[in-house]
Amino acid sequence: MKFFIFLGKNSLSLCYAIGRVSIFTFTAITRCFVPPFYPRLIARQIIEIGFYSLPVVGLTAIFTGMVLALQSYTGFARFNAEGAIANVVVLSITRELAPVLAGLMVAGRIGAAMAAEIGTMRVTEQIDALSTLSTNPFNYLVVPRIISGTIALPFLVIVADVIGVMGGYLVSVYKLGFNPTIYLQKTWEFVQPIDIISGLVKASFFGFLISLLGCYHGYNSDGGAQGVGRATTNAVVGASILILAANYILTEVFFSNIQ
Amino acid sequence: MTQQVPKISIKNVKKSFGSKTVLNGLNLDLFAGESLVVIGGSGTGKSVMLKNILGLLEPDSGSIEVDGSEVVGINSKEREKTLSKIGMLFQNAALFDSLTVWENVAFPLVQGKKASKETAKVAAFEKLKAVGLTEEVAELYPVEISGGMRKRVGLARAIVTEPEILFFDEPTTGLDPIMGDIINDLIVSCVKTLGATALSITHDMASAFKIADRIAMLYQGKIIWLGNAKDIRNSGNDYVEQFINGRANGPIKMEFRKI
Repeated sequence: MKFFIFLGKNSLSLCYAIGRVSIFTFTAITRCFVPPFYPRLIARQIIEIGFYSLPVVGLTAIFTGMVLALQSYTGFARFNAEGAIANVVVLSITRELAPVLAGLMVAGRIGAAMAAEIGTMRVTEQIDALSTLSTNPFNYLVVPRIISGTIALPFLVIVADVIGVMGGYLVSVYKLGFNPTIYLQKTWEFVQPIDIISGLVKASFFGFLISLLGCYHGYNSDGGAQGVGRATTNAVVGASILILAANYILTEVFFSNIQ
Repeated sequence: MTQQVPKISIKNVKKSFGSKTVLNGLNLDLFAGESLVVIGGSGTGKSVMLKNILGLLEPDSGSIEVDGSEVVGINSKEREKTLSKIGMLFQNAALFDSLTVWENVAFPLVQGKKASKETAKVAAFEKLKAVGLTEEVAELYPVEISGGMRKRVGLARAIVTEPEILFFDEPTTGLDPIMGDIINDLIVSCVKTLGATALSITHDMASAFKIADRIAMLYQGKIIWLGNAKDIRNSGNDYVEQFINGRANGPIKMEFRKI
């Protein structure tokens, strides 16, 4: 009996949470098209998300590209297929690793910051104050963050693509002794527009998820400092898991017809 | 006084959170130009009452009228119109951390009344002067000033649109007695200069005596006593007697004391 109570309680609270997130998402998206708009807040958020995440995303990309080249070399050398390294590096980076890893890093950096900032505003009544001052908190807080998350992440991923491929190039040329011209030629030969575009669409979707969950958990936080801490954790964990799950679905959508 | 239309009229308002009933048939009329203070212990629903009037919470049943028109269940446009008549000083001032002091004070003018930044700045500095703050303070951020100063800034922000109605949520909480008295004086003078109707909630009796024309006592979600401030010492009501004299023993039992 206890087991069923446990099961029922958890399923109910899951439905409740899904419903709340859906309503929040719906409100946030419709509010994107209702004035007032705050272009300055959007610009500030784009700088915060796009520009200040460059170092962490760049470092992630370069080391991932380097390790990819190194690992695929140890594998492919057994079959005398070292030539495929360029192929593996550029496809893995553009299709999967750049968007997913950039998404995860930004979730840790920006999702957490959003949840903490909006959560603190909630517990210190700043969100109530916004409402009483005839300012819709969705328009003022949530919409700018969601729009800039969706716009900024693809740009980060373009940078991550370039730096990731460069990481692979550096290891292949300077450590494994590849011919630089041939390596670059092979990279260009293999990469198709769809590889890059799919990565950018994914990035944009991940950016939306990160800011949505950051705002949602912050907006609904309660219980003082502890509640804000919980909101931050939930925002990062929720966004990370959704990124990985959405990545699978989007890959299926993009590449199920090819190959 | 009973003939005129009340500025704010609360009729039989009920509000529960889960199984906990907070407002249990609350009735209260607030007349134009008076200053009414609602006293009551922590958790008796004072803040919930204010939030219901402001529309931050929706009552389960009952009606609330501002200037004779219903505000329960109205759309956001009408809500905005109602809120533009009301200025609120939050318990911990609820200043926006990301804005400087003067930007906080100018916020209602820029966002709500669509004033230009220059006129709003002039008005903000004027109100800051009215609450006794210097121009140096205006350029600081809310985290850089003391609690008493934050309350003053919150007061300046509440009065900057020169509203007809002012709400004060525990104006003296967290201040030393002298600063508390200074804030009380400021409240009295601001309400008088604006000719506003004021509704305050507090559990600080010194503050209540200073700012109230009439005092109402809230207990278990209802008004149990209502009268002129000078009559409260001879209310003949055991609950009121216990509260204003701050006795641990009496008819009011704190729930956590049942050991």
